[in-house]
Amino acid sequence: MAKVIETEDLSVAFGEGDEHNIIFRKLNIAVEAGEFVTLVGVSGAGKSTLLRVIADLIPPYEGSVKIDTPRDPTRRRIAMVFQAANLMPWRKIGENVGLGLEGIEVSDEQCRERIQSTLDLVGLGDYGDRWPYQLSGGQVQRIGIARALAVAPDILLMDEPFGALDAITRTALQDELLRIWRATQKSVLFVTHDIEEAVYLGDRVLLLGGRPAHIVNEFKIAIARDQRRASNEFQQKVDEVKAGLIDAMALSNGAA
Amino acid sequence: MKTSHRYALSAAGLIGFLAFWEGISQSGLISTTLLPPPSSIAPSLVSEIKEGIWPMMMWASFRHYAIGFFIGSVLGVTLGVLVALFPRVQASQAWLARVLRPIPPLAWIPFAIIWFGITETAAAFIISIGIFWINYFTAMAAVQAVDKDLIEVARAFGHRTFPALLKKVILPGAAPGILSGLRAGLGQGWMTVVAAELFGIEGIGQRMMEASGLLATNVVILYMFSIALLYGISDYIFVAVQNRILAWQR
Repeated sequence: MAKVIETEDLSVAFGEGDEHNIIFRKLNIAVEAGEFVTLVGVSGAGKSTLLRVIADLIPPYEGSVKIDTPRDPTRRRIAMVFQAANLMPWRKIGENVGLGLEGIEVSDEQCRERIQSTLDLVGLGDYGDRWPYQLSGGQVQRIGIARALAVAPDILLMDEPFGALDAITRTALQDELLRIWRATQKSVLFVTHDIEEAVYLGDRVLLLGGRPAHIVNEFKIAIARDQRRASNEFQQKVDEVKAGLIDAMALSNGAA
Repeated sequence: MKTSHRYALSAAGLIGFLAFWEGISQSGLISTTLLPPPSSIAPSLVSEIKEGIWPMMMWASFRHYAIGFFIGSVLGVTLGVLVALFPRVQASQAWLARVLRPIPPLAWIPFAIIWFGITETAAAFIISIGIFWINYFTAMAAVQAVDKDLIEVARAFGHRTFPALLKKVILPGAAPGILSGLRAGLGQGWMTVVAAELFGIEGIGQRMMEASGLLATNVVILYMFSIALLYGISDYIFVAVQNRILAWQR
């Protein structure tokens, strides 16, 4: 399968490129077309930073990120879903969803259609005319997802999008995300600190740890998705990843 | 508290104050020249209108005020926003602003007269100074307080040029702060308008000086209330406009 994201010896540093502030060094990860990859790791390992480098919001210190998806002036190649959706409070919901459509080649007519269809997709079709403050936390997060889907990206980068939600809403949104993912065939790189979430959603779980951080382990999740919640295999896999994370933490602390 | 209940109490407070004042004036404890009763305002209004003075003075003061407000606000907001956007500019203005800011608008009166003469321009100049500083500092603070995460979101969705970020995030994000600065300037302007006219520029201030020279204190009181009225109307209109612009706020 074709790799849509590939990092080549990617290092990222904060500050003025000072060696002491290296967050991760010589990172090589890849996401294949249509794949759902989850990324867990020790806190401070730079999971969110990695997404921002891939999204070209932070420059790499060394190495590069290769994005291999078709160029299309009516779409954006990459879209990001943030932990706090950070909707613009002065834009109505529909206008927030349309944020990324401004500046690409879509007519006003297509723009309205795309906003409506993505709102429908996240189950908030009637909310286009409301203000962000009128929505609940779960609804705001759905709009964050809709805003990313509206630009019809091939790649979806998700930075702990459900981290701040209550357990019931989180479970519902996980299932909704899987449904959308199946329907839209996106490649997803999903950062989370919740191991069960990582195992439930991913085709593959990457474990980031050490200092400077690197991929310390990788787990293929071969369990059929409709059998994941509450199967024994699922629990075993979660335990396996948890054990890996504990090792990774020891590694980070030992190196510090 | 219900809105109607609150209005009733507000009205009762104002009426109570006027009644108390009227009572003291009528009781003869204090001469009506020293403290004219509120009931004398209406007759003096009628006579000032008959002589054509009241509308003329109101219009003149409004003109000084409007010009001063416009110039002070536009310059204050524009420079405040620019300074907040460029760290170098911000550093270079820091001490300068600290030196100039504490000078009260009225301290500029001698220079206003030397530069502009006893003219409407001089009055507008003095009014604009106070309004300028209020807007300068609130606009600067409002831009600095814009949520950096929203700027990141805009960049992530392809709005990476400075003009795009200014239009899509910085200005709308700073709008509540900028508007509250404009509103504070609206009040500050009415406070300086009278003082700016005391040295002979036609307007409410000049008329008040004339009247106090003749001990026509009831006329002085009339114009004091006229200013309150003008301020009340302008603030009411401003808040109505502000609420429309900021409909997105809770």
